[in-house]
Amino acid sequence: MMRNHIIEVKGVCKTYESAGAESCEALKDVNLEFPRGKLTSLLGPSGCGKTTLLKIIAGLVPLTRGEVRIEGKKVEGPGPERSFVFQDFALLPWANTLRNVAFGLELRRTPKNDRYKIAKKYIAQVGLAGFERSYPDELSGGMRQRVGLARALAVNSEILLMDEPFGSVDEQTRRKLQEDLLELLKVEKKTVIFVTHSIEEAAYMSDRIVLLTPRPGTVMKVYEPKVLHRSDDPEAARRSEAYLDCVDQLWDILKQYVH
Amino acid sequence: MSLQRTNGGLLRPLSSPYFLRILSLVAVFAVWELMGRFGPNMAIPPFSATARGLFVMLVNGTLPKAYIETLKPLAVGLILAATVGIGFGITMGLSRTVEWFTLMTFVALQVSPMAAVIPLITFVYGLGFTAKMMAVFVLATPGIILNSYQGVRNVNVSLIQMSQAFLANRPQQIIKVIIPAASNMIVASLRMGLGAAFVGIILAELLIAPTGLGDLITYYQAIGDYPNMYATICSLVIISAVSISLLKWVENTYSGARGRKKPEKQDMGDLAE
Repeated sequence: MMRNHIIEVKGVCKTYESAGAESCEALKDVNLEFPRGKLTSLLGPSGCGKTTLLKIIAGLVPLTRGEVRIEGKKVEGPGPERSFVFQDFALLPWANTLRNVAFGLELRRTPKNDRYKIAKKYIAQVGLAGFERSYPDELSGGMRQRVGLARALAVNSEILLMDEPFGSVDEQTRRKLQEDLLELLKVEKKTVIFVTHSIEEAAYMSDRIVLLTPRPGTVMKVYEPKVLHRSDDPEAARRSEAYLDCVDQLWDILKQYVH
Repeated sequence: MSLQRTNGGLLRPLSSPYFLRILSLVAVFAVWELMGRFGPNMAIPPFSATARGLFVMLVNGTLPKAYIETLKPLAVGLILAATVGIGFGITMGLSRTVEWFTLMTFVALQVSPMAAVIPLITFVYGLGFTAKMMAVFVLATPGIILNSYQGVRNVNVSLIQMSQAFLANRPQQIIKVIIPAASNMIVASLRMGLGAAFVGIILAELLIAPTGLGDLITYYQAIGDYPNMYATICSLVIISAVSISLLKWVENTYSGARGRKKPEKQDMGDLAE
């Protein structure tokens, strides 16, 4: 029987110990569930541990206490059902787009022709057809992140973990990427956890928003904005009452943490 | 518009970088010539005498023969230093344990006056080929190790985490991410090693037992033939500068090829190589 919540986070705590200096409690007693097929945002001010939580779910960072379960199975490290999109793109500078996108498959020892065929498909899907042979330093920030996204999609995992993926690009590119991602997710149907510090982005993109408190991070509130027609008419969606109300409410809560 | 005019015509050669380099060399040679002819110290020969000596020694085979003699322990020592140095440097970068045990040793070795180590080498290895090869090895290796180690340590953590996220095991992380990312610094370390190797071999030939170029320098100094002595030293400066520049060119082509070269063929298999 398929569970409704594909990811469960139970009592997760993360403390960074450092010899000599004080230990830093990044996350405290986080309890969350992520529904299948939905885009959930982790939103909060800087230092609230949202990236740490994402990387714990990804299996890249060990937790101090608690557990994370995916489809009922405990997370011990990275796995094929999860893929990651990094804030700083993390592309291999010495590889062209085709090799970068196929990298996840290369690590799984997929035969060369097969993985390049798959990579070409996703390169086209993210709108980079024709740039297969370009190297990262020949691409703009937005294009590099599309490569990162294509790489994460190419391994065909159920869960997409995105760490402020559009944080390093300008506003126009960011909006375009947001709209393109939503278009893509209509086709690809994944469970997405999306870390952001932008209220507008969270309100526009999410099916659910998890608000985290500043350090030590814990769940403050879980929101479900009802922003309709996001992908049909992005301009209208960004002016709709549901969207604007959501932004206001989020700001009301978060501004008490701004000094 | 007036700028355009001054940049053209007669004054254009002045902006060429080669012109300025040649001009500076000519200036140095001119000063040298004057110092040699009218200077206070008779031990400094004029540029013209030195140049003549250099030409003569090249033509009559003295210099080429000495170079072949010197090059043998230099080449062997350098190849050994490169192999051991890069291998060990990478290991140090990958293993905290190895780093903890050995880092201080190599840092200390790199800053120590290596000329003081030469008598020790003579004590252990004697006066022959092995001793000179070891002198090259001991001088070149610490720098190669430290630079290779730095190259590995400085790899962007994000890249390694990315490969872990996509399920790379440790060998895959090392071969597909860490070593390619570190390779620029590793190739640069070879250039450093070459410079240190030249120092090593000359020190060895001057301090251990005279052969090759060291023999020439010692001999000409002993008989007071300063033009030929300086000619030998100058040839060394030229050769080491040229070989290090060549290595720099290889370095640039290599790092350029990894990121810039566009493959000619159209088919899929070649696209990502």
